[in-house]
Amino acid sequence: MSAALPEVDAQALFRYVLRLGDLSLILGQRLGEWVGHSPALEEDLGVANIALDLIGQARLLLTYAGEVEGRGRDEDKLAFLREQGAYFNAILAEQPNGDFGQTIVRQVLIDAFQLELYERMADSLDARLAAIAAKSAKEVRYHLRYSSGWLVRLGDGTEESHAKVQSALELLWPYTVELFAEDDLDRMMADAGIAPRLSEVHAAWVRRLDPILAEATLRRPTDRPHAWHGKRGQHSEHLGYILAEMQYLQRAYPDARW
Amino acid sequence: MSSVLAAVEERVTLAWSVLAGVEDPEIPAVSIVDLGLIRFVKAQPDGNLEVGLSPTYVGCPATEVIRRSVKEALAKAEVGGFEVTNVLSPAWTSDWISAAGRRKLLAYGIVPPERTVSNMRDILRADRSAPACPRCHSVDTETISEFGSTPCKALHRCRACLEPFEYFKCI
Repeated sequence: MSAALPEVDAQALFRYVLRLGDLSLILGQRLGEWVGHSPALEEDLGVANIALDLIGQARLLLTYAGEVEGRGRDEDKLAFLREQGAYFNAILAEQPNGDFGQTIVRQVLIDAFQLELYERMADSLDARLAAIAAKSAKEVRYHLRYSSGWLVRLGDGTEESHAKVQSALELLWPYTVELFAEDDLDRMMADAGIAPRLSEVHAAWVRRLDPILAEATLRRPTDRPHAWHGKRGQHSEHLGYILAEMQYLQRAYPDARW
Repeated sequence: MSSVLAAVEERVTLAWSVLAGVEDPEIPAVSIVDLGLIRFVKAQPDGNLEVGLSPTYVGCPATEVIRRSVKEALAKAEVGGFEVTNVLSPAWTSDWISAAGRRKLLAYGIVPPERTVSNMRDILRADRSAPACPRCHSVDTETISEFGSTPCKALHRCRACLEPFEYFKCI
């Protein structure tokens, strides 16, 4: 299965796989905050199920990252014992939930990104990533169906719901730029045939998103230059709070198992 | 055929029949073989059997329970040495639920998935035919939630008999 593993630096691959895994992990943890607080029981179920899928993706990716690194760190060590600066998720994932509409906007933006990324990564020369991507793409497709369904309902709903999701879109849009900003690591992975070109993912993402925004009667904001570097470990203030909650138990009771 | 080969084949057959009796912990009506979760049972050069097991959803907590049940059942049936391998690729699809599994799901009150996994209609929320009520068979049904009590199911309601029912998600 690993016969065609391309030649890349293990440390680079480790960091790249963490980018993918951390995006799922942090978004999953964020969505978990809705449990017990959603507007309706059905949405509680929906959001919790999406969170569960995302944590499942993160488990596979973090496990793989740990193996690539080769220092004996498993998924739990990577999830619960890394400092903020060693997390490599794009900072869109860590943005606060806001109201339900804002959560949905963030979800649509990331679902569409993960879908376009994973569908292409299913052809990765890295057989392990290809398998995880193909599996995840199926689930992400379902997530997007749910999130885009809500975006259309809210955007094309009442004046108030429309205004809320339009302003959430304005708020969150600037963070999407980081998803597609190709740096040396992204380029190295694309050159090695491990990951798709981000420019290609971006074009597909826009094509996927535009009809949804149109149906939701929402205006697509314009891209602006960004200064976010979550993918390099420079995060917004929000990540620290997420980690404090997520890592509390392992920090307070090291090596606790149950 | 040598007796060694015949013995291995017998163990593989025994393993399959044992696995056909392992239930899904969340949906006891169907076995994990019916659900298409067992990808292969094969003999390795060292004589151990290798059992390929796929998760339905990557985050499904039942996966761990199923893995344990598989190990317990195989050990109890004395199939000899074995190991259980996690198989991700090709990814599990609801298309692999057997015909018997689909019948059992329906009898249990869970509507089996449409066989149209890679269909764009499903992705784009367009024009999906509503599943028929498993009790009164009316097609006048509505979606309550795209998600349900387990990762593999969605919630629907029948407008004719007013009963809610579950639908096995199509992925």
